[in-house]
Parts: sequence; C-alpha cells; structure tokens
Amino acid sequence: MLGPPIRAEGLRRDYAGTPVLAGVDLLVEAGELVVLLGSNGAGKTTLLRVLATLLRPSGGVLSLFGGDARAARRRIGYVGHESGCYADLTGAENLEFHAALHGVPSSRVSELLEWTGLSSAARRPLRTYSRGMSQRLALARALLHRPDLLLLDEPYSGLDPGAAARLDALLVSLRAAGHTILLTTHDLARVVPLSTRVAILHRGRIAWTQAGAVDPVVVASAYDAVVVA
Amino acid sequence: MRFTDTILPWLAGALMLVSLWLIFMVVPTEASMGFVQRIFYFHVPCAWATFLCFFIVAGASGVYLWKGSKAADRLAIASAEVGVMFCTLVLVTGPIWARPIWGVWWTWDPRLTMTLILWAIYAGYIMLRAFGGEDEAVARYAAVLGIIGVLDIPIIRVSVRLLQGIHPAVLTTKEGESGLVDPWMKITLYVSAVAMMLVTWWLIALRVRAERMSGEVAELRRAVEAREGASA
Amino acid sequence: MIRDAITIVSKDLRIEWRTKESLASFVVLGVLLVVVFTVALDPPPDAAPMLAPSVVWATFVFTGLLGVQRGFVLERENDCLAAVLASPIDPAALYVGKLVANVVLLAVMQALVVPLVAVFLHVDVARALPGLAVVLLLGNVGFAALATLFAAIAVRARAREVMLPVLLLPLLVPVLIGGVKATQAVLHGGLGAAQDALSVLCAFDVVFVVAGVLLFEHVVRD
Repeated sequence: MLGPPIRAEGLRRDYAGTPVLAGVDLLVEAGELVVLLGSNGAGKTTLLRVLATLLRPSGGVLSLFGGDARAARRRIGYVGHESGCYADLTGAENLEFHAALHGVPSSRVSELLEWTGLSSAARRPLRTYSRGMSQRLALARALLHRPDLLLLDEPYSGLDPGAAARLDALLVSLRAAGHTILLTTHDLARVVPLSTRVAILHRGRIAWTQAGAVDPVVVASAYDAVVVA
Repeated sequence: MRFTDTILPWLAGALMLVSLWLIFMVVPTEASMGFVQRIFYFHVPCAWATFLCFFIVAGASGVYLWKGSKAADRLAIASAEVGVMFCTLVLVTGPIWARPIWGVWWTWDPRLTMTLILWAIYAGYIMLRAFGGEDEAVARYAAVLGIIGVLDIPIIRVSVRLLQGIHPAVLTTKEGESGLVDPWMKITLYVSAVAMMLVTWWLIALRVRAERMSGEVAELRRAVEAREGASA
Repeated sequence: MIRDAITIVSKDLRIEWRTKESLASFVVLGVLLVVVFTVALDPPPDAAPMLAPSVVWATFVFTGLLGVQRGFVLERENDCLAAVLASPIDPAALYVGKLVANVVLLAVMQALVVPLVAVFLHVDVARALPGLAVVLLLGNVGFAALATLFAAIAVRARAREVMLPVLLLPLLVPVLIGGVKATQAVLHGGLGAAQDALSVLCAFDVVFVVAGVLLFEHVVRD
C-alpha cells in the first residue's frame, strides 16, 4: 500500500467511441493540494470519476496508493457535482448509512456534523437543505472514513461568498491534517493561492502544470494560452 | 480468414443446393402430412441453428465479461443477430407447415411458445444494443442479458410444458420417429442441418468482420480528428 | 457482506416508509389493474374464480415492473449510487440488499392485491392461505431476482421506460406460468397438487439469485 496517492500514465477513457481522456499523465504526492482547471468538456469530471474508481479506464496505467482500485476505495473520499445523499433521509441518517458501509463507528457522524456546522440541521431531511448545506454534508460523507485522498468536483459551484469562505477554511485545515486533495474549479483566483500545484486539462490531456506556490496571474495567462487560444 | 472468405461460401452454397435437391427430388413424401411436410427439412435445421447461435452468444458473453475480449463481444453481437434471423425463419416456416396440417396458423403448443419467447428475449438483446447508450457499458449489459437468456432456456422449456394442461396435444404427429421411416428422410435432415450450420458459420463470420471494420473506421476517424485537433 | 446488505435494505425501507411513493403507486395501480382485467375479461359469475390466478399474477408483474424501477431511480437522484459505489461495498451485497428490499415491497403489494381479487372474483382464499403464501413468495423472489438486475441496466439505457419490460417480460415467462399454475393448484387441492409448478419456481429462484449475485458487478460498475 505504499506509493503516491495518484500515479496515472497515459490514462484514457472513451465515451461512446470518442476519447474524453486521451492520455492523462498525473502524479500526485501525499500531502499535496492540486487544483485542476479546464473548460467545460475538457474531461475534468471524467478524470475525477476514474480516480474515484467509479469509471474504469479504457487504457493506460492508474495506480492509487501503489495498488488497485478495490484496495484504494477505503482511502479515497469523493464528492461529485451532486451530494450523493438521499433527499428523503435526514443529514444524520445519510451519514450513518455511509458510516455503516465504511465500517466507521457512529460517534464519527456527530463529530463530522459538528465540524461542518450541521448539528442543528441533522434531524431535518436533506430536501430542506440549501445548496451550501448539502455541499457540506457531502464533504462530511466523504470524510467519514478519514480518507488519505480527497477528490472534490467543483466544490465551489453554487456557494454564496460566506459558504465559499468556509470551504476555504475547511480545505486549509484538511491539508494541515495531512489529507491529499485534488479539486476541480473554474474559480482559479480563489483556490490557486491555497494550492501546491496547478494543472490544466485540455482536450483530455494535461496541457500545462506547475508546482510550488503558483502565481494566479501566471496560471491565468497559461490558461488563456492553452484553452482560449 | 482465408477459409471463411474463399472456401466456406462455396461449400455452404453447394451443400445447400444438394439439400434442396434431396428435399424436393429424392426424399419420399411423408404419408400422413403430404407434400408440405418437406418444409420440415428446412424448419428443423433452422431451429438447431437458432439454439447454436444463442449458446454461442452466452459463451462469448461470458468470455467478454471475464476476460474483456473485444473479439468475444463482436462474436456475441454477430451470433445474436444471426440467431434472431434463424429464429424468425423458424417462426415463419412453422405456421406454413402448421396451417394445412392443424388448420390454424398458431397454437400455444409448448414448443411454439418457447420459440416465440426466445425470439422476444434476443430481439430485446438487439434492442438493448441499439438503444442502450454508451458503448462499453452496453456491451457489458448485453453480455449479462446473453448469459441470463441461456440460463432461462431450460427453465422456460420445463415451464411451457405446464401449459399443455390447457391446450390439447395437437402435436403428437409433428416430429415423430414415426415420420422418419425412410432412410432418405434422415439423410436429408442431416445434410440440410450440416448445410445450415455452414451457412450459420459463414453469416456469423461476415457479421463479425463487419463489426470489426466498423470499429476500425471509428478508430481511424478518431485518429484523424485528434490530428486535426492538434494542428488547429 | 451480510451487514452491508442489511444496511442497504434498512436504508431503502426507511426511505420507502417515509415517502410511501412505491407503496402508494402499488395500491392505486394494483386496484386499477384488478378492475381493468376483471372488466375486460367479463367472466360470468360462476367462471370468475377460474380467472383469479391469472389476474393476480398479471397484476403482480405489471405493478412490480413499476415498483422495481422506482428503487433505482432513487439511487440515481443526487448521484447516490456513485457515493455507494465509491465505498468499499461488495456489489453482491448491494444486489442482495436491493433484492430483499424489493421482495419486501412486492410482498406488501401482493398482500393488498390478493384479498382484492378474492373479493372481486369470488374466491375463497382463507382456506388455502399458507400454500398461497408460499407460492406468492417463491414467485416474488424469482421476479425480484431478475427485475433488480435489469432495473440497474434499464435505468441507464436511453428509452428506459420501454427497455425494462421489453427485456424482462420474456425472461419472466416461467415465473408467470409457474405462478399461475401453482396458484390454481393451491386453490383447488393444496400444495401437493402444485409440485411441478413449484419446482419451476424454485429452480428459477435459485438460478437467478445466484446469477444476479455473480453478474451484478458487471452491471453497476462503469
């Protein structure tokens, strides 16, 4: 089980005969916060779902923590565009369901409800939640089993400024706690300062990447050069 | 590929002509049913070909699911389509034979019912292939259906016999050892069956090749698009 | 694996209990179908009991198709299935959980339809109740075994509303024939008379529950 959280080489995934991922090379080391940028249809969501072991790769090599998909599932938390929680269950019930699937004690549920500030809403059905609240519940769901790698697909979309600021703080504290994070976004000004690495996905390939404290201005001009041009 | 391109079509064609000659010129007319009974030598080999095709579908589907072999998937598509075609022929030739003998086009006899159900299962298979959606997933769904379908065949076979309770056994004279008294009858049946198997083989081979070529075309188109995308 | 299956069942039943969506549609559709079949067949009073087994099973199959579909539409909402599949659950456990939840819902539906048919078609079911329960449960398990597997397929096909019945109905013929024949026999002479039909139902249940457990993985994982 040793090995970097993500090592992808020439990763391909076809959809209806056309390649959505056309050979992605990506190495993510433990403790990184990687921001994945790209226009709509660049393949960001597909890449995240492949990394979350929800889609099988059509070709190429993917190793997660140096092992195969099944073993890695216990160490990965995934939050997609939608919450992945049942609308007719309460917040607490949703988390308890997933805690049971992961074999996590239910004390962890109240811990996470508190941490995400949802304790007071825990007994209300998900239907009544705002977009920000269900986003936080989805994050709590993905953190139940203390995953080493967290995959977040556009976590900022639909959040009001206050909720977005809370998410910033959450990401910082998660990184401090040793989680590796890969997230996609359109809002590069917001997340790039927090990141250790930025990658731009274009036409199913990583077209540009830079590590270290990346300057948002540099990223913006790279994005223009790669995507807009 | 050489054999199926050059020798097989001629062999199948020649043997088909021989079997037609046997059916119409050689074999004696069956006493109780008369001339129309000759369709039996076409009808029964078609039914055998149907079963052969559906079992190939299941076998190829299993190989595809467990080994991921694209070739097995193409074989499954080809056999399903050829199988449904033969099953249709069985369902067409059956009533042609039945009408003068029983006075009705169709009865809910166990064997007829079973053939009709099988036809529906594998017509569903082709529909799933056509309307399924995304390529790779549909191939797996279809493979699951192909396997389930064959597992169902023996159970359907037993269950439709329960229907006999309602419908009188009109069919005792149909197949019958009684029918095949003349040695030419058996010879004709077997020659027709072998001819039909060769035709089946040839059709499946053609269909597999068509499927492979359409895959190659898609691959080439993709390569061209990728190159155009890169240069743009 | 069994724990995971129980988790799935209790989650499904809790949602059902809260919304009563499947149950409500079962009741309404069940009543309507019984009425439609009876009116369409228009049997003379003394012939009515003869039709009861057919009406019970035809109603069961068509109502069941609707209910089982619903169970997977639920998983598609909010991308819930993805969250479940991202957990380390064995797909076989997911299948068994969904299967049991479907069997429970269908059993409730049967418990509503049978008395209705008994009243409308003048059948004395009270006498044959234990045997009838066995037959209904066997048919229920067989139906759910295939319906659970194919609902997972149909929910992702294009024309999904048509796809499920088209794929499922021909495969289910043994359940329909076995169920009708066994019900007839049970109403007239008890379980002993239904032996052939019962063995068809048992064989169907065993074969397709095992097949479902083994094949489900290929259906849910992309």
